[in-house]
Amino acid sequence: MSGDGLLVTVDSRVHRLPAHVKIVALFVLVLAVVSTPAAAFWAFGLYAVMLVAAVVTARLPVLLVARRLTVETPFIVFALLLPFVATGPRVDVLGLELSQSGVLGAWNVLAKGTLGVVAAIVLSATTGPRDLLAGLERLRLPATLVAILSFMIRYLSVVSDDLHRMRIARESRGYAGGRAGHLKAVAGGVGALFVRSFERGERVHLAMRSRGYTGRMPLLSTRGATSSQWLEGLAISLAAVAVALAVRVVGL
Amino acid sequence: MPVHVPDGFFDASTSVATGLIAAGAVGFSLQRANREIRETGPALAGLTAAFVFAVQMVNFPVGAGTSGHLLGGALAAALVGPWTAVLVMSTVLLVQGLLFADGGLTALGTNITLMGVVTVLVGYFLTRALLQVLPRRMGSVVPAATAGALLSVPVAALAFTGLYAIGGAVDIPLGKLATAMVGWHVLVGIGEAVITAAVLSAVVANRPDLVYAARHLQRDLVLVDADGNTSTVAPDKPIAAKPAGRTLGVGVAVSLLVAGGLSLFASAHPDGLEFVGAKLGFESAAEDSAVAGSPLADYGVSGIGNAEVSGALAGIIGVLVTIVVGLAVAKLASVRANRAS
Amino acid sequence: MSGPAIHVERLVFAYPDGRQALYGVDFTVQRGERVALLGPNGAGKTTLVLHLNGILGSVAGGTGSGRIQIGGTGLHREHLPEVRRKVGLVFQDPDDQLFMPTVRDDVAFGPANLGLRGSELDDRVHEALVQVGMQDHADLAPHHLSFGQRRRVAVATVLAMRPEVLVLDEPSSNLDPAARRELSDILSGLDVTLLMITHDLPYALQLCERSLLMDDGRIVADGRTRDLLGDADLMAAHRLELPYGFDPLSVPGPERKG
Repeated sequence: MSGDGLLVTVDSRVHRLPAHVKIVALFVLVLAVVSTPAAAFWAFGLYAVMLVAAVVTARLPVLLVARRLTVETPFIVFALLLPFVATGPRVDVLGLELSQSGVLGAWNVLAKGTLGVVAAIVLSATTGPRDLLAGLERLRLPATLVAILSFMIRYLSVVSDDLHRMRIARESRGYAGGRAGHLKAVAGGVGALFVRSFERGERVHLAMRSRGYTGRMPLLSTRGATSSQWLEGLAISLAAVAVALAVRVVGL
Repeated sequence: MPVHVPDGFFDASTSVATGLIAAGAVGFSLQRANREIRETGPALAGLTAAFVFAVQMVNFPVGAGTSGHLLGGALAAALVGPWTAVLVMSTVLLVQGLLFADGGLTALGTNITLMGVVTVLVGYFLTRALLQVLPRRMGSVVPAATAGALLSVPVAALAFTGLYAIGGAVDIPLGKLATAMVGWHVLVGIGEAVITAAVLSAVVANRPDLVYAARHLQRDLVLVDADGNTSTVAPDKPIAAKPAGRTLGVGVAVSLLVAGGLSLFASAHPDGLEFVGAKLGFESAAEDSAVAGSPLADYGVSGIGNAEVSGALAGIIGVLVTIVVGLAVAKLASVRANRAS
Repeated sequence: MSGPAIHVERLVFAYPDGRQALYGVDFTVQRGERVALLGPNGAGKTTLVLHLNGILGSVAGGTGSGRIQIGGTGLHREHLPEVRRKVGLVFQDPDDQLFMPTVRDDVAFGPANLGLRGSELDDRVHEALVQVGMQDHADLAPHHLSFGQRRRVAVATVLAMRPEVLVLDEPSSNLDPAARRELSDILSGLDVTLLMITHDLPYALQLCERSLLMDDGRIVADGRTRDLLGDADLMAAHRLELPYGFDPLSVPGPERKG
């Protein structure tokens, strides 16, 4: 797993926005989506249009977004089961007897979950890890947490490479285990991986202290966002909030 | 299986409430772990988080052609202590959500509460409780933490069911859901336990000083000086032993946090938190004319029935969790007090 | 300030897991000297150099005894920030040393801890990167660099603190021949006291006139690199071997350069 996350290195208006603006925008947008009643189908249509606009503006490959959507597969399964297991009045769909609330619930999970993932993909594909850290720092995430995050992201690829090399070593020695054997081999390797990772953590701390670290990490963020950047970044989110409010007004 | 809850899976009020619980737990852990992190450095916690992240990608077969993977909460708690472990797990979830778009941002609180707080605390307190009973040597930490890991997963699944009862969008029979979730996650828990056992045995064999949960079981060091004289020295004690009173206080605070959070749902639903969130909007819409008579009209009614069941269930879980946590803490505190006197 | 760059006396140390690594180490390095620290794996070389800036040892709260002086001043807890600026440590694995998100952040880490800010900090970072020829890669993340580039940046992170003593742990390991030569060019151009752990004996002969040989947590030999490498019995007794066909008596060393 790369330490770059899902970053797509092209240049776009969205890429150039400060990270903290994008994080706030994502949060506002998703909050608006989540608090929209599931039956307001038209609102979800509008949200989808807005997100497509964001994906296009960010010049992201559609294929990448689609591939990344698979992270929600377990919940799609859960959602598809809902119409069968939920209680309440039944409705007949194509000869299947389904629960009404289950059908709506499945739609609710699928629509909101998918929109949320697409929005998160837009953030992670347009924001490099360092910018993301600087953004979180600017949003006043506690410094200790930012530091832990920073080290985790830095060493993600190093630890994953270690794990990968251990698997290759295992397989190149003709390993092909059954179920129990597999679990045992994996578990043993993971133990060694922890000792390695932990010892690296100790050495990194030594390296930090060697260069005068006394408990405070230097700040990453240097400049804030202009009001026009805030406005640009929040444009879609504010539109989404407007839609969410409109649903309430129309609904009442 | 349900690992990262996506956006919209629980209603907005549940997401906000779990968000508050998660923020409280992380804030509390930051304060508690502050000293350790200053001693050992944030790099160690970061590397542990990278390790948990990497290992979560290793799947193991569970049965029926499906697979599970390590959550790592109980393991991290045994290795780096409960407070650092909460930070480690939260960091993992934050990176998954922000850098890899895995797990919804509004569901971050829910995910941290279930996977970062519940698994860590259940795992750690059971581990410590068992260490008081088991023989006083380094190796005992392996079975103790294994049991902690085994239990932590189904308890997290039960907590998920509890949250679903409160904030799930759809009315499904909770008994069935709880049985299915817990039954399945006992199997996942076995995998979790096996990996936890293997990791801890490897660490105890190579670097016993790294196991936080068993620091008090370390042996003294033998030192040979330049002239060949031998002397015995106590091992480094990076963290001074905390007085029992404080441990008890911490335990009570945690129990109250957990119980309070859960019973908040129980009492506030269906009247209190209803002002926020999707349900209200939908119920009013349903009661008006727009969708009346449509297949969706009864949703609001079934939602209220759901809320009553959910309140009761949440209460029960809250009490159970409180009792378990409380007992573990009391046991810990009394043993420490005995040793001190 | 006066006194030798490094002076170590009767140094003893055990790790927290009970493993004792140093059993009484004594040596002195004068200012401006370039010294190689040789010895088999597990001899205690890395443990020893981690003492030189107070990372390990009793001054850091560890288990051990003995005396260390840097530039004539004893190693005490209150001098640690100053000692860590004077003694720059380059770790064996550049991934341990490069822990910040980008090269620039990483090189700036040390000087920022010394209190530098703004343009002064930027200048210091640039200067250090120029010294190792990495000024065009300042905004890259470490995992986008080649191994040799990472090693050079690791040296820059230490040079940015303008150390008086540069301590390197196996600087030539895992480098391809060109990267190995580039690094030796950089190191021989630096005006600092140098202590270098290495298994690369030709590298030791090329860069360092003097060598220390360490085994079982003690210094077992101290002399001219050429003499040590030429002593076949001493080498064999401490698991050291010259590369095939390498004759330490017939190649030029640093002493010829004057």
